[in-house]
Amino acid sequence: MTTSPSDPAARADLAVVGAGPAGLAAAVTAAALGLTVTLLDAGARPGGQYYRHPDPALGATRPQALHHDWAAFAGREAELRAYERSGRVRYLSERQVWSVTGSGTDWTLHSRTDEGAGAPVRARAVLLATGAYERQLPFPGWTLPGVVGAGGAQAMLKSGLVLPGRRVVVAGSGPLLLAVAASLAAAGARVPAVVEAGGYGPYARHTGTLLRNPAKLAEGALYGGALLRHQVRPLLRHAVVEAHGTDRVEAVTVARLDRDWRPVPGTARRIPCDALAVGHGLVPELSLATALGCATRTAADGTVALVLTPGLRTSVPGVWAAGETGGVGGARLALAEGEIAAHTIAGRAVPAALARRRARLRAFADAMGAAHRPGEGWTGWLREETAVCRCEEVPAGRVREAVEELGATDARTVKLLTRAGMGWCQGRMCGPAVAALAGGGPAPDRRPLACPVRLGQLAELPAD
Amino acid sequence: MSRRTPRDLVGGAPQETFTFRFDGRDIPAAAGQTVAAALWGAGVLAWRTTRHGGEPRGAFCGIGQCFDCLVTVDGTPNRRACLVPARPGGLVTSQEGTGHDDLAV
Ligand SMILES: Cc1cc2nc3c(=O)[nH]c(=O)nc-3n(C[C@H](O)[C@H](O)[C@H](O)COP(=O)(O)OP(=O)(O)OC[C@H]3O[C@@H](n4cnc5c(N)ncnc54)[C@H](O)[C@@H]3O)c2cc1C
Ligand code: FES
Repeated sequence: MTTSPSDPAARADLAVVGAGPAGLAAAVTAAALGLTVTLLDAGARPGGQYYRHPDPALGATRPQALHHDWAAFAGREAELRAYERSGRVRYLSERQVWSVTGSGTDWTLHSRTDEGAGAPVRARAVLLATGAYERQLPFPGWTLPGVVGAGGAQAMLKSGLVLPGRRVVVAGSGPLLLAVAASLAAAGARVPAVVEAGGYGPYARHTGTLLRNPAKLAEGALYGGALLRHQVRPLLRHAVVEAHGTDRVEAVTVARLDRDWRPVPGTARRIPCDALAVGHGLVPELSLATALGCATRTAADGTVALVLTPGLRTSVPGVWAAGETGGVGGARLALAEGEIAAHTIAGRAVPAALARRRARLRAFADAMGAAHRPGEGWTGWLREETAVCRCEEVPAGRVREAVEELGATDARTVKLLTRAGMGWCQGRMCGPAVAALAGGGPAPDRRPLACPVRLGQLAELPAD
Repeated sequence: MSRRTPRDLVGGAPQETFTFRFDGRDIPAAAGQTVAAALWGAGVLAWRTTRHGGEPRGAFCGIGQCFDCLVTVDGTPNRRACLVPARPGGLVTSQEGTGHDDLAV
């Protein structure tokens, strides 16, 4: 492969979308293997969701206090900067890619900055490392100010050093809740309860997988210990089924759940709080991938993820994927997958230890995903007037009407009939809920554009 | 109860602090904070009302995905407060309803 790295018009060997753990690891590994790389990310700084950190102007001397494995990030960021200086890597921050066109070994990435269009980026291969967003399951009161995403609270804390309130209930499902509760408590919030709808019981069925992942267990124990120190009460197989308040959340109702996540009558009780951080795991961000036609599968946690080969190729020749796009599995897995993808893109054999690490971490992620996969009974939390789609303000009653009276059998038809999922966020917040109410399986992302773009930019897109 | 703050946890101090104007009041902010972070820091959780129901909304996803945090910044509507950096003397006004501007969604 030829190289003319510093000329922006030139075709790079590889374009990586996303500078989270997966994309960052891929970019520096590919550069080390001799490829020229263009790395694009919507954010201002590399690190993605896991290594989200304050702007240097905030003067944090210990950003690692909010992270595990900070060294793994710091090392790769240093490599990134070195490759940037040598011209091997072009890193474009604050560049949201909204479309990828081309085929085979000739790809064009169309992106926008906050101000307008970014110059198109050309490359011979594309790696999608676009990460994930939070899975939200609606409940009465979830649109009240003070109800925020669990990952959202974590993100705002890590980057802006702020809390949504002083007493923050953390609720939903999945191991991210423990990390969020531990961070909030360490940063001075009181966390009256961590409310987990799933259970950690199912992990017991995967003892072998657990034992092969001592680092994961240590991480869990660390969070557990931190929570004990902060006197945080964990409630397993419970859910927040309502948030109360007028202008902002003042309390939540928590109820015990049966195996299908149906609230058990008579178990409801109120917990006063001034914020609720809630989320039910993560959903792979596949807008670019599905627009390219990459094949998808339903993962153990019930989300839609990409079908990938052991070398992390998607079903579309010339397009690779790594990290959460191939199934939610955490930062360590994302780092390993970024390195694996870089090897196969460079036409190198994947080091056996790396492949083993990936297999081990994936098995752990699958066990975890199954333990926290939402039970069908959660829709019992909804009242007719509960907003399902936050953007278009579509209540559950209208979605049910579309299904029961108008005969919709999938999320797409519900969307056309009710506008649920047609607003600003393009169904990222309501998609899993609408799919569940429609009765079908989870629906793959199908967005014409990965993010809102100005009409003038669309007009510039080549017809193909 | 701990009196710890997020800033204590990560140490250090911001290079610059300032205020911006939000709906007629001064909101303290630090260089490097987004508009949403500064508003949370000042205890403000809502700065938009929805088009149909007129319901209050603020930051929800915190990462630029949900568009619940839309705000008008220096006269430009529909900016995502969780992404826009706070600027000294900036003029932020809460947003009622929405014009979809010229964005295709
Ligand atoms: C809000 C949130 C908070 C989280 N907090 C934690 C936590 O505290 N602890 C934990 O263990 N895990 C956390 N996670 C999970 C964590 O994201 C993953 O484990 C890990 O970061 C995955 O790495 P990744 O590289 O696959 O994706 P990410 O880290 O998500 O990186 C994806 C990157 O792609 C960029 N991107 C996406 N689409 C585009 C596009 N179209 N154009 C340009 N750039 C794009 C994003 O800006 C992002 O930087 C969180 C997840 C979310 C969504
Ligand atoms: S809080 Fe979701 S886009 Fe800003």
